[in-house]
Amino acid sequence: MTIDKAILAVITTNKQKIGGGAPIFCCDTKEEMDKVAANLEAILDGISHALSDELYIIVKH
Amino acid sequence: MNEYTMPIIYGVTVGTIARAIMLRTDYRQYPTYLHGKVIHLALGFIAAGLGAVAIPAIMEKEFTAVTFLTIAASQFREVRNMERNTLAELDSYELVPRGNTYIEGIAIAFESRNYLVIFTAFLTTFAYILTNWVGALVVTAICLFVNKKLMSGSTLKEIVSISLSEIHFDGAGLYVDNIYIMNIGLPERQEEIKKFGMGFILTPKNFDVRSTIANLGQRQAILHDVSVSLGVFRDSGTPALVPLIKRDLDDGRIGVFILPQNQDPKKAAQIIGAVPVLENAIRMPSESKVSKKNRGE
Repeated sequence: MTIDKAILAVITTNKQKIGGGAPIFCCDTKEEMDKVAANLEAILDGISHALSDELYIIVKH
Repeated sequence: MNEYTMPIIYGVTVGTIARAIMLRTDYRQYPTYLHGKVIHLALGFIAAGLGAVAIPAIMEKEFTAVTFLTIAASQFREVRNMERNTLAELDSYELVPRGNTYIEGIAIAFESRNYLVIFTAFLTTFAYILTNWVGALVVTAICLFVNKKLMSGSTLKEIVSISLSEIHFDGAGLYVDNIYIMNIGLPERQEEIKKFGMGFILTPKNFDVRSTIANLGQRQAILHDVSVSLGVFRDSGTPALVPLIKRDLDDGRIGVFILPQNQDPKKAAQIIGAVPVLENAIRMPSESKVSKKNRGE
């Protein structure tokens, strides 16, 4: 079986809500989170999706 | 020189001309290169030759000679394979790929056009031998006209109505009208998309069309053609900027989201309308026995 979609990174400002396998990036503010997500998107060649205001994931499609 | 020389020369010439007419370079950008053209003209010439000698062979009672037409068939099937392989290889380097369904459609067109050349050469030679050059000219005109008809399939504007629609964000969700396209997280990307994005709604004109435009290959063909004609705001390494088409499950409408560099909605609508309806995507549920029975036919 091949997996075509994968969560490459999780970026959050709320540490309480997350845990698990993907690399997690904790940020203090929303602006910092946007910046980190934009960089990771470019580096990882994935798309950043917003699950809520305080949680982004980078997904490879 | 014998009595067949002129008819054969005539048939081969007309066949090759027919291939040249059917070999167009347009926005589909294939074949754009000179060498691609030379290959297809040469194959067209061979096809014309095969078609032209068939009638003289029969008239000379060389019936076995006609079996070489089977070789021709396998030869042109090879052409189809060649086209499919080349385009499939190149597709991975396109910013917006054609998709396999579109490629298959193009490959079929290349094969079938060679058969049209064979028929054209065959019929014109036959007419020349049967009557004289005047009769051959008449048949030539008819053949070229039929070829022209056969080579152009239907286009999207015949089966759907196209309307411009605003794109908007609901939270992180990108929408065209009420059709959800995708989730864009970064505010920066959302701004880019608001600036460069354009949305269209294609409404199917009847029930059969619903499944045709739902076909993923057909949708990819729309995106490819629009991106080729209007440019695309995208690069490798920006996967978030991707033109997409999603479907409204309720009524079969599709929402087209594109990122054209040429921001001309009128032109974009015309280009979407001119996208060929892919043969492989056409479905006719209304022609099924069950539907016919229900309609009382």
